[in-house]
Amino acid sequence: MTLETILFYSLAAVAIASALLVVTRRSPVISALYLIVNFFCLAGLYLTLHAQFIAVIQIIVYAGAIMVLFVFVIMLLNLGDERKLSEGMSYKKVIAVGLAAGLLTELIYVIETSWIVLPASTVNQATEIGTVEYIGGQLFTGYLFPFEVTSVLLLVAIVGAIVLAKRKL
Amino acid sequence: MVPIQSYLALSAVLFVIGAAGVLARRNAIIVFMSIELMLNSVNLTLIAFSVYLGNATGQMLVFFVMTVAAAEAAVGLAIVIALFRRKKTVNLDEINILKW
Repeated sequence: MTLETILFYSLAAVAIASALLVVTRRSPVISALYLIVNFFCLAGLYLTLHAQFIAVIQIIVYAGAIMVLFVFVIMLLNLGDERKLSEGMSYKKVIAVGLAAGLLTELIYVIETSWIVLPASTVNQATEIGTVEYIGGQLFTGYLFPFEVTSVLLLVAIVGAIVLAKRKL
Repeated sequence: MVPIQSYLALSAVLFVIGAAGVLARRNAIIVFMSIELMLNSVNLTLIAFSVYLGNATGQMLVFFVMTVAAAEAAVGLAIVIALFRRKKTVNLDEINILKW
């Protein structure tokens, strides 16, 4: 067991446990907090894959921006008595969990039986790919057009969110 | 390094948990969080392949997925606020005005 293996398995265990807690807790606030734990675990996993830039972005964008948005909305809605949203056991839930278990079986079967032959990527190469320098270089040369389109998408999202959430325009 | 199958299996488990949350939960905000879980699991797959293939395209795609996820969260939560203002609930079973 190298350090990397131990890190992977511990982070994976915490990620799966927090994901389960996100979908099973009754209160949205507690779900949001466990979702933050899940995002941090995924950032750690990206670091074990030598993707430093994406790991930092994961924490800034997901744990920083998106989760603040979620918590703000939960606060704004002021759901009051959460028992009103009673979600008892129903046949729908049993079917949903059954379908999910079937999907998991299929995915694991495909992954285990596939013969993925990958060119041996050295650690040095992976470390080089994950740096801010390399990703920035790629972003402003080969992926310049999608990058610019992203800014339009964000503008549309800003306008759309204001139009939808404003009481009176 | 850990074999890529481990990363793919972890990503599959996280995706399935997110899918189960979308199917089973009725609170709109928790359904949104489950969608974020699914997006994140796909990001993990993309980064694993990007690193093991020595190709940066996967990490570029993750960058764009995160941008789209941020936009989607902003617009989706605005829709939830608008719905709550009109119906006074976020229970998806009670939001059925488009249902015949």
